[in-house]
Amino acid sequence: MDVIIKNLGLLINATLIATPPLLLAALGSCFSERSGVVNIGIEGMMTIGAFVGAVTGLATENGWIAFFTAGLAGALFGLILAIACISFHADQTIAGTAINFLAPGLAVFLCKALYNNSSDTPAMSPSCKLPKLFEGVFPSGSFWANVLNVYSVAYLVFVLAAVCWFVFYKTKFGTHLRAVGEHPEACESLGIDVYRVRYICVILSGLLSGMGGAFVTLATINQFRPNVIVGQGFIAIAAVIFGKFSPEGALKACLLFGICSGVKSLAGSSNLVSPNLISMIPYVVTILALILFVGRARTPAANGKPFIKSR
Amino acid sequence: MSRKKSVFESNAFYTVLAIAAGFVIGAVFLQVAGISPVIAYGKLLNSVFSKPKYLVWTLIYASPLIFTGLSVAFSFRTGVFNIGAEGQYVVGALAACSIGILLKLPVWIHIPLCILAAAAAGAVWSLLVGLLKVKRGIHEVLSFIMFNWIAFYLSNYVVNLKAIHSENGGEATRDIQETARILFPESLRDLLGCSSANWGFILAVLAAVLIWIVIEKTTLGYKLKAVGFNSNAALYAGINSEHSILTALGISGALAGLGGAVQILGMSGRLSQFAGQEGFGFEGITVALIGASSPIGCIFSGIFYGAMKYGGSKLSIVKAPSEVVDIIMGCVILFIAISGIFRGLFRKLVKKGGK
Repeated sequence: MDVIIKNLGLLINATLIATPPLLLAALGSCFSERSGVVNIGIEGMMTIGAFVGAVTGLATENGWIAFFTAGLAGALFGLILAIACISFHADQTIAGTAINFLAPGLAVFLCKALYNNSSDTPAMSPSCKLPKLFEGVFPSGSFWANVLNVYSVAYLVFVLAAVCWFVFYKTKFGTHLRAVGEHPEACESLGIDVYRVRYICVILSGLLSGMGGAFVTLATINQFRPNVIVGQGFIAIAAVIFGKFSPEGALKACLLFGICSGVKSLAGSSNLVSPNLISMIPYVVTILALILFVGRARTPAANGKPFIKSR
Repeated sequence: MSRKKSVFESNAFYTVLAIAAGFVIGAVFLQVAGISPVIAYGKLLNSVFSKPKYLVWTLIYASPLIFTGLSVAFSFRTGVFNIGAEGQYVVGALAACSIGILLKLPVWIHIPLCILAAAAAGAVWSLLVGLLKVKRGIHEVLSFIMFNWIAFYLSNYVVNLKAIHSENGGEATRDIQETARILFPESLRDLLGCSSANWGFILAVLAAVLIWIVIEKTTLGYKLKAVGFNSNAALYAGINSEHSILTALGISGALAGLGGAVQILGMSGRLSQFAGQEGFGFEGITVALIGASSPIGCIFSGIFYGAMKYGGSKLSIVKAPSEVVDIIMGCVILFIAISGIFRGLFRKLVKKGGK
């Protein structure tokens, strides 16, 4: 029994480490996609966030400042994507692909420029990282320490998911953003500024992706490396499609991925099965779940289509 | 009003402009990082053009990129977006490598078998996604992304299997049999001064010409383009759109798989374990964009990208981060993506002028 509880604690712990970056990026993606802009550049935005988080963490020794600065870096790339897709009517997938070259390239480029041609930042001391909840309250390794003594952002993201849900369904802005993703022409005739709503949503998507990336460097590990964000941005996109473009759906999907990664890191330490096969689990599970349960996800009608103002 | 097609309306004009702008922005970043852009770009040019064997290396780097570029370009022309070329490239490389190591056959069977297996593997990987789309309505971008990662981990898994893993440790497979290599004859390689010179580039050019013929000159190409252009109209004209999507994805996947084959049978001779995706498929998107989704254009944009990659790999000699290539390429894609609006502006200007 003790073994089961201990392993359950470890699984919850691993899930709470794996879920936040995905969920942050996925919530951002919900805003962007529902407002009618496909953001395939999330991976790049997370990478630049991870880098800026690590650098500001090292410079300021304050995890929170680093976390929010990383968000701003992501938001900057959100702005670039927004300008290209909204004002310049660029093909959204292509502009997003550009971000995926530009942002990680820039991150490693700046890293080499700052740290004597090394593609990794130096390791951070715990004081530079995000603070943990209930630090030192529970004996280390106990069930409660595993469940509660985790990075505080890990709990905040769930609160944020609830906030996003509220914004989506209970505020005027939420109604507008869902409407401009379905029928921008009608919105325009009702006096809604389609461009403004979309700009806010895409920048928000960058902000949250940047923070998601920063969680990886400021909490999960303690430095930036070129491969810190392997595919998590793409998984976040998958989670959003999987969750039918809603914050509550994205939350469920991210938890599923998070638990899969939790199983992966637990099973990985046992060395029974090849770690490469275990790493496939989240992706295979997604495909199977889509085949068996989810079926057709209806994309927002105006998703991916540039909107050209009639004025 | 009839007028000559102006240079300001041609794809090439905006592509050249985008490339120039990309280099300018790259120069700004180099300058900010305290590296002279003149020295860095000088090294880039120098490492591609200063010796004939460097040009051969550029073509070697270009070969797989032309294939993945063709794969993405073909998918663009037929109305699907193959963001899964990465995974199809990986399974192609895996198939070619496994058969190249495990079977002992005469050259004239071994090489075609490896190439066919790679094409088949890429096609199957892409068709699975097509079936999920057509039969279950699953968003192809989603399944392509999943299949990219499944391929990535599958490849790392197989590389570590005892049957093909290198005996001397290291994180790679054994070298493939000599009978499966597509290297030039030794005398020619000596003449070129490049030990990895191979037929990959010639295969890539042949594939590009073939795909051009398929797209522009055959009924099949016409049907696939029609579905891509307007699936409802195509349906009305009696074209089975499900069938067309699957055919397009199969061909696109096979091309990406072939990219994996030329890389293994030509340049590397073995498959390594990777920490992150290698990126040939994603780079193929760039190649297709710069080549304006035309198969012949892909040859040139593939060579351009190959030159940037090969030249970029030499940048560390002058202490410039090779990632400047990613920055330049990212900017080039971004500028090509927004070039449409400038074309529109120009057209308006011409109209006003004409009045």
